[in-house]
Amino acid sequence: MKKFYMLSLPLAAALFLGGCRGTADAADADSNTLVVLNYGKYLEPSVIEQFEEETGIKIKLEEYESPEEMYTKFTAGSISYDVVCTSDYMVERLISEGEVSPIDFSGFSNYQNLNPDILEASRIFDPENQYSMPYFYGTLGILYNTTMVSQEETQSWNILWDDTYRDSIIMQNSVRDTFVPALRLLGYDINTEDDRELTDALALLIEQKPIVYAYYVDETADEMAAGNAAMALVYSGEAAYAMELNDDLSYSVPKEGSNLWIDSWFIPKRCTHRENAEKFLDFLCREDVAMANFEYVCYASPNQKVVDALDEEVKNDPTIFPPDEILENCTVYKQLGIDTTERYSYLWKTLKSE
Amino acid sequence: MYKLKKQFLAGPYFIWMIGFILLPLAFILYYALTTADGAFTFSNIAAIADPVHVKSIVLSLKLGAICTLVCLVLAYPLCMILSSFRFRHQSFVVFLFILPMWMNFMLRILAWRLLLSNNGIVNSILAAVGIGHIKMLNTQTAVVFGMVYDFLPFMILPIYNSMVRIKPETLEAARDLGAGSFTVLVKIIFPLTLSGIISGVIMVFVPALTSFVISDLLGGGKVLLIGNVIEQEFMQGTNWHLGSGLSVVLMLFVIASMALMNVFDKDGGGTAVW
Repeated sequence: MKKFYMLSLPLAAALFLGGCRGTADAADADSNTLVVLNYGKYLEPSVIEQFEEETGIKIKLEEYESPEEMYTKFTAGSISYDVVCTSDYMVERLISEGEVSPIDFSGFSNYQNLNPDILEASRIFDPENQYSMPYFYGTLGILYNTTMVSQEETQSWNILWDDTYRDSIIMQNSVRDTFVPALRLLGYDINTEDDRELTDALALLIEQKPIVYAYYVDETADEMAAGNAAMALVYSGEAAYAMELNDDLSYSVPKEGSNLWIDSWFIPKRCTHRENAEKFLDFLCREDVAMANFEYVCYASPNQKVVDALDEEVKNDPTIFPPDEILENCTVYKQLGIDTTERYSYLWKTLKSE
Repeated sequence: MYKLKKQFLAGPYFIWMIGFILLPLAFILYYALTTADGAFTFSNIAAIADPVHVKSIVLSLKLGAICTLVCLVLAYPLCMILSSFRFRHQSFVVFLFILPMWMNFMLRILAWRLLLSNNGIVNSILAAVGIGHIKMLNTQTAVVFGMVYDFLPFMILPIYNSMVRIKPETLEAARDLGAGSFTVLVKIIFPLTLSGIISGVIMVFVPALTSFVISDLLGGGKVLLIGNVIEQEFMQGTNWHLGSGLSVVLMLFVIASMALMNVFDKDGGGTAVW
């Protein structure tokens, strides 16, 4: 979930509380429980009650704000989590570190509810679809103020290079996200490691810099809600947050394609209640449960049964569900090699120093 | 016995010095002179010659110099006024200039961001009086503005201190001997406050040169100072070796600027003020 990350205080509090609770969890590790680690506000509370009633398994929910915080909590090892939900690249990292164990989907009765296209897209970070199960997905796109920009204009990344919007465009202050529009406009893969393609994209971004208002991360949603800019490059999750604050805001994914993010569940190797964890994941795929979660979170659900049951209006709402023809051009980030990561870092400095 | 006791009292500071000054410096030097495999190299230091890094250090020096100059021009007349008029509550007025330092500097910079933004208070006022909308935030000017705002007290205090130390008799003697106001300023007040000026210049220039938070918050990620490059290497690029190498170069610039100032500071009173 690419929401805005409030720094320091809540994080420190969460780590502190998490650390305190750790000892209590260790004591009753053998009882019929399930320790779940998830983003904050990312699971409908009634779903937890329902699961506990139906199975008699007691759920202990731990929450976190950012994938990096999750990584710290997870590797600290004071709590042995049974099932964890996190973002694509973090799943890939933990798989490569050997922390994830394969899930036995053959025992699931609702796994076939999942949209095969999203499972296909997950193969970028989980090539055999054996380690992870998609939960929600979304995109990187343009959050725009409808009083300043029309919907048609935001159908192409070109709008971010339009001089009439000088000083009212916000880009992401993170290198890979900001390179996405440039790479897609040039028709390149967003996971490219080709130096010439990256250099071309850099030239385009240098050309854009004079009309950019700022490169922001956490501030974007608030700046857009305050009407300080016309457009911003943001994740759909953050866009949803900003749209709650200001009714004039809308979200769109340009036709050239973009980054697709997938938040997935996985079962850690150190899991102590494997059977309960698999029961829980199967439960999450059930139509009524997935629907309850969708209504609570309001991100695109990979559950085909849920999508089929939705009103036409919601189903075709491009701010929630990216249309198929756009989704075709969207790709999940792949972890890049060290050389390319360093190259990106250097190109980023070059752009910023212009 | 007495001497030993005295040394013992310095113990806490000694531990502090080793743990938080010498050890970190040693780590930075170690990282600066090694590659990721631990092999010895000068390449992290030599990386300063890279055009991108040269550009950002030149920009840092430029903005730091502008900031220092603006602070000096603002602070010097102010200190003259504060020290020459003997009015009631004089120390309270000086206190007012220091008061903002009691608030967290990040908060003050964030407040400026709200004031200067496109739909911010300053622009609303400008629009109301018919001047129209001016782009202020996320420019080099905004960054200099933030630096001046934050560092001005560091310029005021040493200059003010050196000014109040000038005895009124000295000025009276000068006037008795026929010096005009301008001559008094150039021949008497200026030389006597030089140590304060130098101290103030260092206190402002060094933090301005190394700052990265102000340029991030008021520059909107568009102004890349050498501090931002180092921050990026540590936080995003995760190349601690290059970040440390550039830090060492920056430290050399700081030492050089302080040494340069000490050449002018003949009586050595500059740093003694603080």
